[in-house]
Amino acid sequence: MARIARALLNRLWGMVIVLALVVTVVFVIVRVTPGDPAAVMLGSDATPQDIAQLRTKMGLDAPLITQYGQFVLGILKGDLGQSIFLNQPVTTALAARAEPTFFLTLFSIFIAVAIALPVGILSAVKRGTLFDQIVVTLTMVAASVPSFWLGLLLIQAFAVGQGWFPASGYGGPDTSLIERLHHLVLPAMALGIVNSALITRFTRAAMLDVLGDDYVRTARAKGASEKRVILKHALKNAMIPIITVIGLSIAMLVAGAVVTETVFGLPGVGNLVVSAVLRRDYPVIQGALLVVAAIYVLINFVVDILYILVDPRVRL
Amino acid sequence: MKTALILTTLAALAGTSGLAIAQTTDGILTVATIGEPPTLDAMQTPTDIVLTIDQHIFETLYTYDNEWRSVPLLAAAMPEISEDGLTYRIALREGVKFHDGSDFDSKDVTASLKRWMEINSKGKQVAEVVESLSEDGANAIVVKLKSRYAPLLATFSQASIILPSEKIAETLTEFVGTGPYVLKERKPDQYTQLVRFEDYKSPEGEPSNYAGKRVAIAKEIRFVPVPDANTRVEGLIAGQFDFADALPVSAYERVEESGKAKPVIYENTGWASLNMNMKEGLLTRKELRQAVQVALNPNDMMLAAFSDERFFSVDGSFFPKGSLWHTEAGVTRYGEGDPEAAAKLLEAAGYDGTPIRLMTSRQYEFHYKIGEVAKAYLEAAGFKVDLQVVDWATLTTRRADPKEWDIFITHSNFPGDPTTINTITDAYPGWYVSDAKTKAVSVYMDAVTDAEKQKAWEGIQTVIYDEAPLFKVGNFNAVTGVATGISDYTPTYWPHFWNVTPKK
Repeated sequence: MARIARALLNRLWGMVIVLALVVTVVFVIVRVTPGDPAAVMLGSDATPQDIAQLRTKMGLDAPLITQYGQFVLGILKGDLGQSIFLNQPVTTALAARAEPTFFLTLFSIFIAVAIALPVGILSAVKRGTLFDQIVVTLTMVAASVPSFWLGLLLIQAFAVGQGWFPASGYGGPDTSLIERLHHLVLPAMALGIVNSALITRFTRAAMLDVLGDDYVRTARAKGASEKRVILKHALKNAMIPIITVIGLSIAMLVAGAVVTETVFGLPGVGNLVVSAVLRRDYPVIQGALLVVAAIYVLINFVVDILYILVDPRVRL
Repeated sequence: MKTALILTTLAALAGTSGLAIAQTTDGILTVATIGEPPTLDAMQTPTDIVLTIDQHIFETLYTYDNEWRSVPLLAAAMPEISEDGLTYRIALREGVKFHDGSDFDSKDVTASLKRWMEINSKGKQVAEVVESLSEDGANAIVVKLKSRYAPLLATFSQASIILPSEKIAETLTEFVGTGPYVLKERKPDQYTQLVRFEDYKSPEGEPSNYAGKRVAIAKEIRFVPVPDANTRVEGLIAGQFDFADALPVSAYERVEESGKAKPVIYENTGWASLNMNMKEGLLTRKELRQAVQVALNPNDMMLAAFSDERFFSVDGSFFPKGSLWHTEAGVTRYGEGDPEAAAKLLEAAGYDGTPIRLMTSRQYEFHYKIGEVAKAYLEAAGFKVDLQVVDWATLTTRRADPKEWDIFITHSNFPGDPTTINTITDAYPGWYVSDAKTKAVSVYMDAVTDAEKQKAWEGIQTVIYDEAPLFKVGNFNAVTGVATGISDYTPTYWPHFWNVTPKK
């Protein structure tokens, strides 16, 4: 037990180092990218003098090392800075946009897993059949489809064609949570279907690996039902790679939502990042990417813990 | 007698304009915009998206009519101008209220204009010529100038919004105006919700562009940011939006055939240009800039950018037909696209083969397409061209450094006054500084009447064509979409939704 705790502490320490690197790399990339928030804010009529004045006011003409020091000190105090354009703390801006991104990720991964697990298992069990070949072909197609394009197709079919779902947005004033979730169905389908392809293929491959193992043959020889053999003996042992790919998919969904949120006009973290990049809103870019990176490493950490729970033989 | 009374009543009604009998409704207008406004402070950030939303909340002393002439909005009348042209007395409309219930008066105007002159780019230019700004009682202000300044009223017609003096701060936290709609709630990236201002006092007169009577017919307007143009199209056809701004021209037929909405073209939304660097590098030489003018074919550039002649027009005049400022004066070396003649000019100028750094952006796809065709024509004339494609924010930073570029592609709208064209400002990237321009502009600045101004503007346009600080490519139209059932929408540069009747 002590060994596991020590291993987890090591992992936590590794996470801190990764996040420190992210903070530095993001800060540098944002600053070396051409573009100036003051010029964007003042519009095309602004003179160089106007821009210089605003840069001074916003503290953008301070030496880079000073700006970096202020950024790091702020993080240690839980302050990600003040958005240049939104005129509010970055933490407030992120919190306001967390809900759609959180539900979108949850919804998408639910759709992805709900499709991928049964289809992947069945495909492995029925290896070589017509069903298996169709699954292999469809997953290849789905994995190649960009989520924004699938999003537009879904909008045409279910928003314009059938009128079942809204084409865009997250509801107006006074909309209930249910109505807001209604707005997430199409974007979640777009992300979920694309991600289900990867998870299906991993599930199928992992199941094929274990279905030929001795203990599965032994279970069958003992007279266990086929359902029990597949779900109890084979699936449990195939779970490690499946959990890994689901974990990776969740992490990718947080980042991948950037495009989908823009297509569907969702006021989430991804949309915030895109508009912040276009406006060169440095504090928002830095803060949002730091939070996304933190979620990413946190999910990997949780996946590591799940390994231990699923398979006690795993050593961290 | 009874019949005569009915006939008289009917005749009176028939003579009444549609707006006079317009009924307010409980309808809501949902407007899909191209994105989220960075702020609602138009003084600080006078971009199109900010001005589009702001014009419903805030008002200026003057505004633009169909000819882009400045006419009264919060002002009661055109100003009384002293004989020397240096003193403007502007009477204010009485009985106007702000959204917070306070009365609009001269203190609000002077306080607002002072803030505008401190933080707005155009306001700062005005500040240089203003000697004093004072109240003349509660219902008039007096502006005293150091020297004549012809574009004064035009600058009082845009972004110089009037706020209650008590709410003025360096950073605005409350957005209180006198406009027909009140800001109720703003959720960035989700919506900006405006509701009807019940105590609104409208100016009188037939609607003309932004001027004339304004009726807040819809109870509420919701501006929803939808950055993806295809999603705006689909949302309009699906019935989610009542109006969708800036649609791709390729969607025109799809919207038209949907039966759920109709496409609306607003002609002469803006004009595209290739701005040349006159401070450093190759194009500091006038002969080479003129060779660029001769080499380019504006029709092919606009066709590549806008794909169909319904969406653009090729016109050398800096202002379109129908504008107060339209003139053909000085329009030479335009529209031919003659690489052979340009090649001769290059040879005569002794061009040494140094590449022209042509900077453009894909953020505005038409900039990029214009850049590609320009490159082809310039190379046909014998120029070497280094086409640099960057994002818009990068372009705006790089163009501030004269060492970085030779030409950048941009676009502008048709402002209410010729001197608000950016290139006329010495400090605008391109750094067009010349004695001929200064002289022509000073003649304009001294003009008081519209006729004098028009004559002086002809002089400025002639000088610009001779000195070639930029190449005007052409005028483009905007495509927007209006849902079926919405009535009385009139297209304007910044779409407005007073006087618009929502679906029943």
